[in-house]
Formats: sequence, C-alpha cells, structure tokens
Amino acid sequence: MNERVIATNITKSFRSTKALDDVSFSVNEGELFGFIGPDGAGKSTLFRILTTVMNADSGDALVDGFHLKDEIAIRSRVGYMPGKFSLYPDLSVQENLEFFAKVFGTTVQENYSIIKEIYVQLEPFKDRRAGKLSGGMKQKLALCCALIHKPRVLFLDEPTTGVDPVSRREFWEMLGRLKQSGLTILVSTPYMDEASRCDRVALIQKGKILDIDPPGVITKKFPLHVIAVKSDNMQKLRKDILKVEDAESVYGFGEFLHITMKKENSSTEKIESLLKQQGHQHIEVKIIEAGIEDCFMHLMEHNKN
Amino acid sequence: MNRRRFFGFLQKEFRHIFRDRRTMLILFGMPIVQILLFGFAITNEIKNVNVAVLDMAHDDVSRDITNRILSSEYFHLYQNLHSEKEIEAAFKSGKVKEVIVFENNLAKNIYSKNIGNIQLIGDATDPNTANTIVAYTRAILLNYQQELNKGSKPPAIIQTEVRMWFNEELKGVYLFVPGVMTIIMMLVSAMMTSISLAREKETGTLEALMVSPLKSWQVILGKVIPYLVLSFSITLLTLGLSMFVFHVPIRGNIFLLLGEVLLFVITALSFGILISSIAPNQMAAMLISMMGLMLPTIILSGYIFPIDNMPVPLQVISNIIPARWFISMLRDIMLKGAGWSVVWKDTCVLAFMAVVFLFLASRRFKMKLR
Repeated sequence: MNERVIATNITKSFRSTKALDDVSFSVNEGELFGFIGPDGAGKSTLFRILTTVMNADSGDALVDGFHLKDEIAIRSRVGYMPGKFSLYPDLSVQENLEFFAKVFGTTVQENYSIIKEIYVQLEPFKDRRAGKLSGGMKQKLALCCALIHKPRVLFLDEPTTGVDPVSRREFWEMLGRLKQSGLTILVSTPYMDEASRCDRVALIQKGKILDIDPPGVITKKFPLHVIAVKSDNMQKLRKDILKVEDAESVYGFGEFLHITMKKENSSTEKIESLLKQQGHQHIEVKIIEAGIEDCFMHLMEHNKN
Repeated sequence: MNRRRFFGFLQKEFRHIFRDRRTMLILFGMPIVQILLFGFAITNEIKNVNVAVLDMAHDDVSRDITNRILSSEYFHLYQNLHSEKEIEAAFKSGKVKEVIVFENNLAKNIYSKNIGNIQLIGDATDPNTANTIVAYTRAILLNYQQELNKGSKPPAIIQTEVRMWFNEELKGVYLFVPGVMTIIMMLVSAMMTSISLAREKETGTLEALMVSPLKSWQVILGKVIPYLVLSFSITLLTLGLSMFVFHVPIRGNIFLLLGEVLLFVITALSFGILISSIAPNQMAAMLISMMGLMLPTIILSGYIFPIDNMPVPLQVISNIIPARWFISMLRDIMLKGAGWSVVWKDTCVLAFMAVVFLFLASRRFKMKLR
C-alpha cells in the first residue's frame, strides 16, 4: 500500500490542556479517511498540524512523502478547507475561484478538469457574490477552491457542519468520486452517521484516537447488545430504564434511548412488561444493530476507566 | 509566478475595498463633511452679530465709532444700554454677543490727552466666537484710529480694554485641516487595515491562505498597498478641498509635506497590522483601534486640546502618540512654511516609531497559527 500520510506520535498542548496526545495513524493513497469525534476532540488541531499551519509540540508526520518541517513542499501538495472557512462573500463565485487559483500559482483553465463536475452546478451563478449563495452551494465552491491547485492530499475540516441534509449527501457523493480519481482525502466530522461514507474512520476523543478501522468493522467489533426504547414519558423512562436487569449504560439518540446490555440474551418482552409496571404507555422496544455512535459512546466510557 | 500570485492577492484587496460602497462613501465623505463643517458651520467668521452699546460719552467720536461698527456687515445693534448694570442682563438675554463701552468724555480725552478708552466685553460662553468678534471690533477701531491721526501731530490713541484673553493664533479652519487629515489617515490606515486582516481571520480565509505559497510579507504588503493608495488619495482630497474652498495656505514645500504624509501612513499601517495580529476578530480589532488609537489621537495629539495646557503626566503620554508629532509637523509646514531644518526632529521620532511598529508587526504576523 502506498501511504500518503503517516503521522507518528503527534502531541500538542494548549497551556495545560492536551489537544493531541500521542496521535499516530496512516492514510493510504486514494483513501477517504474520516476523523469522527465531538467538538474539542482535537480534529482541527490535527489538521492544522498536518497542513503545517500549526507546529506540533512533538512527533512528526510524512505528508505525501515530506516531513512537517518541509513546509513549502507540503503546502503546495495539500488542499485545506478550514473548519470555519467561508470564502469571500463580497467576491463573485468566479472571482473567488480565480483568486485561489492565482494565489496557488495556477489558473482555472489549467486544472478545470478536476473541478469540472462540481463547478458545472455553480456555473449558472458564476457572477453571483459568494455571500448570496445557499449553504450547499457555498460548500461546493469552497471545495472547488481547495481543489483548484490540484492537491495530492485533501484536508477537509468539518465540511458539512451547518449544511442541510440533502447538500450533505451530495457533498459526500462528490468526495466519493474525487477519491476514485486517486485523491487522498482526510475529513473530520462531528456527525457519526457520516462515518459509513468513509473507507476507514478514526474515532477521536480528548486528543486520543480510540480506534481506527473501516466503519463496518468497528460496529462488528462492538461486543454488546443494544436495545432502543421509546415511551410517552421519556424523562421518567430515563430513570426507570436503569432498573432493567443487565443494563450497562443509557444514552439518548434522537427519539429513542439506547441501552447497551451486558448480556446478549435479554428479551424485549421482559423490558416492556417492566416498563408497563412503571406506568409507561406507547412503549416501543426493539433490538438494533450497534451503530458507530453506540461504539463511540462505549469506547468513550471504556476509555475513562 | 510569484509576482502573479502577489498581484492576484492585490487585485482581491482592491476588489474588497471598491465593492464595499458604504465604507468608501464614509471614508471619502467624512473628510469632506468635516472640512466643510469646520470651514462653514463652525466658522469663526462672523456676520450680523448682535451687539449692545453703552455710550457714556455721547459725543461725536463715540457716535462716529458706533456708526462705523454698525455699518459693517458684521455687527447689528441690538440695544442701547444706559448703565453698567444693564450689561449683565444684556448678556443673559443670550442675544447680545458683545458690549461696547465708551468712557465718559471720550472725545475730550482724545483731543486733549491723546488717549481714549473703549471697553469691549465678549460673551465668553463661546470663547472662540467671542475672540473673533472682539478681534473684528478691534480692527475697526484701529482703522478709525489711523484715520483720526491723519494730519494730527501727536497721534491719538484709542485704548481698547478687552475683558477676555485673546488667542491670536486661533484661525478657524486653518488649524483643523491638519487634525482632520490625521484622524482620517489613522482611521483608513490603522483601523481599516486591522479590520480587513481580522476579517480574514474570522472567516477562516486567512487559514486557507496560510497553506498557500504566499509569503507573510506578501500578505502584509497586499493588505497595505490598497490602503496606502486609499488614504493618500483621501489626504490629497482633503488638502485640495481646504486649499481651493477655504484658501488654507500650504506655505512650505508640498513634496516635504507629502513625504511626511507617507511616513505617517506607513506608521499607522504598521500599527494596524500589529493590532490585527493581536485581535482575534473584527469586533476586537475595531475596539482596539478605537480605544487604543482614535481616542488618544483625538484627545492627546493637540488636535483639539493644546498639549501645553495639559497636566504634565498627559503631556508625557502624548509623546508616544504618533499623531502628536505628525500634526505639529503639518502645522509647521502648512501654516508656518517651515522647512526640513525645523521638522527633521519630529520626522526622526515618527520614523523611529514606524520602524518599531513594522518590526513588531512583521514579527507577530506569521503564516502560522499559535
């Protein structure tokens, strides 16, 4: 395998808090690699260090074959979309794109083939100011700007935060196509459901990588049994559910509570009758497959002890 | 390739500036409005000022002088007073701006003793206007005195006693022009630059640029040049306006003047970049430049309040304010016609400040996050 990014023992602290604690991983060529973790997990800091925008306290990385010290070489080989990146709202779509092309020493014409597929959707609005685009359009334009200099490795820091679900799906489909052209993509997101779109994901929490595996493997590795429960009185349910035998932990997931069970053979009927005794109505109990989110919660819990 | 990169950045900066019509309007409109205000509205020129006359002489000289004063377009007789007690009431009515008091036996004193006394009392609640009114009256009296002395051998003197200190240097718009220019340049150079850089920080575009092959000096220069052009043209506009509309003289060398302007703009610009390297967002950049730059510049530079009249600690602080040196140089060159031999010291101080700020700014501003 041809490794495009190899990070070894990267550590970074801000005053007393450790933003990154001995982080190591590697990403292969043409891989879509996801970093999944809550806000403040250290995703942005990691991306900043790998794009040489920030210095690590210790550790090193090889990005497209260059050490972090080799800033100029790395900078001309990576594309980077910062987390809060929002283009220049007073410049038009075309002007934004041309500006980034010029600054990176290229022209839009030269590398048009890379962005063509995405840019055709923007073309009807090319004279519109970027500030007047919809959120999804802005995201596409930002992606074009990050791609225009033909980078070998693309870093996208929470590209789908604050974007509507339809645009989010479109965005991930675009990443999938880009990957096929051989581009290596590192993407971070706080949304667990996006993990399944990645080839491999790293679960990151408090500056530590908890696990790295393909999303399917992570969920299969999960040793416990998850039951989703719902009733008319969710607040009461949260308390009552702890009375269920073998319940290890409870988390809220949308309209359901997910209970991880210690044993696999617990029955849904048993839980349902117990809840009925407690006066719950409209009870729904079902066994579900553990998702990335469940794994993450479990790993987090596990990591604490 | 490198040059194309830089010019791409420069072009973008100019676009930002020209797209923001409202800010442009404010930047160009403000000096015009300020100069016009200082020139016309807050003018020290007077017209049809209400005066009261307390004539204790009632002779041909007092009548003559009164006629002369009133026949000028400057003054209008509001009332005749009959005793000194009425003076206060006349002022308190708010209508009367000046009271002219002729002494007893004015004509007799002039012809026999060659000395006559006239008292001018100004309404010092508005000291600037009062000063001007009194000055105009004195000019008319002086005129009269000269005519009176034509032919008569021992010259007669009409003594005017003014009941208020007269600041001879106070000449309206002349003094405000250097101040207005300074404030505008501070605003455009320091504040606009710092806000523009802080905006890129806030929107994450600076972080995206950090990954580009652009060097930090290219970013700084790209930010600085448009505002240099902008503030220089605004300065020229201000100068032109004050020259052609208000006939403010530029007695010194114009190139020396423009050279000093350039020096000051560079000082202010490097200060702006220093601010933006500290400020995390636009709001902070604006607050810092307002609090740290505009207020001290307006208050401590001698623009409005004379430095000599300040308490000693404030005088000491005023030394570290670039505008203080710049305004003093501007006044020297424009109004007094001073040359290099006079302003070289101030220039050195300013140049030193520019170097220090530039050094600090370029050290602090890096294409890296901390």
